[in-house]
Amino acid sequence: MGTPVPEPPILTARSLVKDFRGFRAVDGVDLDVAEGAVHALVGPNGAGKTTLFHLLTGFHRPSAGRIHVGGRDLTGKSPERVARHGVARSFQITSLFAQMTAREHLELALQAGTTLGWRFWRSDRALRRFADRSLELLEQVGLAAHADDPAGALAYGRKRALELALALALDPRVLLLDEPTAGMGAEDVDRTVELIQRVRAGRTVVMVEHNMNVVATLADRVTVLQAGRVLAEGGYAEVRRDPRVISAYLGDAHAAH
Amino acid sequence: MIISRLAARPIPLLTGLLIALILPWMIYPPVALDIACWALFAAAVDLLLGFTGLLPFGHAAFWGGSAYVTGLIALHAGLPFPVAVLGGAAAAALLAVPIGYLSARLRGIYFAMVTLAFAQVVYFVANQWRGLTGGENGLQGIPRDLFGIDLSDPFFFYYAGLPFVLAGLLAAWRVVRSPFGRVLVAVRDNPARAQALGYPVARYKLLAFVLSAGLSGLAGGLFAIGHGFASLDEVYWTTSGQVVMMVVLGGIGTLWGGAFGAALIVELNDYLATAGFQEIGLVTGTIFVIIVLVFRRGVWGTVRDALRARAARAVPAPGPDPGTPHDETPGTPTAPADEVPTRPAR
Repeated sequence: MGTPVPEPPILTARSLVKDFRGFRAVDGVDLDVAEGAVHALVGPNGAGKTTLFHLLTGFHRPSAGRIHVGGRDLTGKSPERVARHGVARSFQITSLFAQMTAREHLELALQAGTTLGWRFWRSDRALRRFADRSLELLEQVGLAAHADDPAGALAYGRKRALELALALALDPRVLLLDEPTAGMGAEDVDRTVELIQRVRAGRTVVMVEHNMNVVATLADRVTVLQAGRVLAEGGYAEVRRDPRVISAYLGDAHAAH
Repeated sequence: MIISRLAARPIPLLTGLLIALILPWMIYPPVALDIACWALFAAAVDLLLGFTGLLPFGHAAFWGGSAYVTGLIALHAGLPFPVAVLGGAAAAALLAVPIGYLSARLRGIYFAMVTLAFAQVVYFVANQWRGLTGGENGLQGIPRDLFGIDLSDPFFFYYAGLPFVLAGLLAAWRVVRSPFGRVLVAVRDNPARAQALGYPVARYKLLAFVLSAGLSGLAGGLFAIGHGFASLDEVYWTTSGQVVMMVVLGGIGTLWGGAFGAALIVELNDYLATAGFQEIGLVTGTIFVIIVLVFRRGVWGTVRDALRARAARAVPAPGPDPGTPHDETPGTPTAPADEVPTRPAR
């Protein structure tokens, strides 16, 4: 994966800061994510990756700095506003609705783009209009056989797949994946990598990822965070040669290659 | 569409209707009407408690507020009682807009406390504004006019009021089984995820709150017409507590369970009061504790789960799509799965 032809950034963060009662989790981060790129955020635990994700998706309000997506200022906007602006996210810790089936999850996600959700006088059979698209998405992530299983009863890898399908259902311009392969076995990791490669077409993907093989395979660009700051940025090959990165974080993974 | 859906399970439906129809033959008719009103009130509260995940502790404001408005319309405008009751319900829904706007962004105990505080404000106003509400005397002599039909006999009035209760219960059921109801369950089980999907969670809670208040108002207005008066009791905080107790007794998230709780509490209160027993709260409180300990999911919730489990054992029910695994786990309690802070929309 070489550095792609420079595109105008679709997502930019400028001097982003997040303080938690005296602890600065994100400390002046600048980020430019090129349109159509897969951009990985890596760094040791506590580097501020997940906090940065929460800032980019509206779950945290930044203490300072600005966030723009597609030229629009989304700083401090609520999560639902950010989502409606075409930024969908998955969660690091699987975050589903335990009692709903896989199909119902996708119906709910597809409904989010319509006004149907307000119609308290209609039968919930109206959601069947999303049935075909739901099944398509379930097939895409390999869950078609489990459409009617409650999410709580799915195996871990399948929950992660459903998590991804939920974000995809929003058909986002920017897809933020928080550790999409966390806790997966090698086989599930391969399947997920393949899936992300398929769905990245026409989208921008920002992912937090610990698995360096996944980063090497997928990422066009890598930002290394440490202690809330950007330590290095560039293509994977470039970043892994950076001595600061090697000493701070990538040392082990580098040696393992 | 509603009818066909309800008709899919005819036995519980017909049993419920039959009980509703013969109730004033079985028990003292005014008590029967009280049970019907409280059953609707409990269903309205369950809409929030069971299906939105909010514990309202100030719904007396809507039940009692509507009781006063209904009484005032019937007394001063001389309109038929259905108009007065619908007016009261509309007033309750309207009152719920500012209260819900200010409280629906809160969670758990904070939501309960703020709704209680607003209800106390309504109580204070009802107590102080004597010229309008009659203060401690309440509104007396509320007429039961229906185009000149004599409804003074509580037995007949029960049948005049029952359609409103049934319509209210049907409305509550429709809300729960609507696209909106789906979103509410998502908001209840995982608000952060619902937000990440683009749902404005605070506004969904607000609409649920307003609908619940409107149905509570329908019940409270009918209650006032049935008794012929509206008193401070209706807006007092114990009313808010009692309806929550009924929902818990019947089973949170069952919608119909509240009717069991209502029947139990109202009938017990009536029985003990008639017997001249003074410490009613002691008895209802003890029964409440016992039932909550024995039936973890409320009376109706426990019975329903047992019946479902039995039905699942007896005949493997045909799944919606043949060939797909059908291992529905009925009524598994949901664990709050949000690891992410939710932020209210501004």
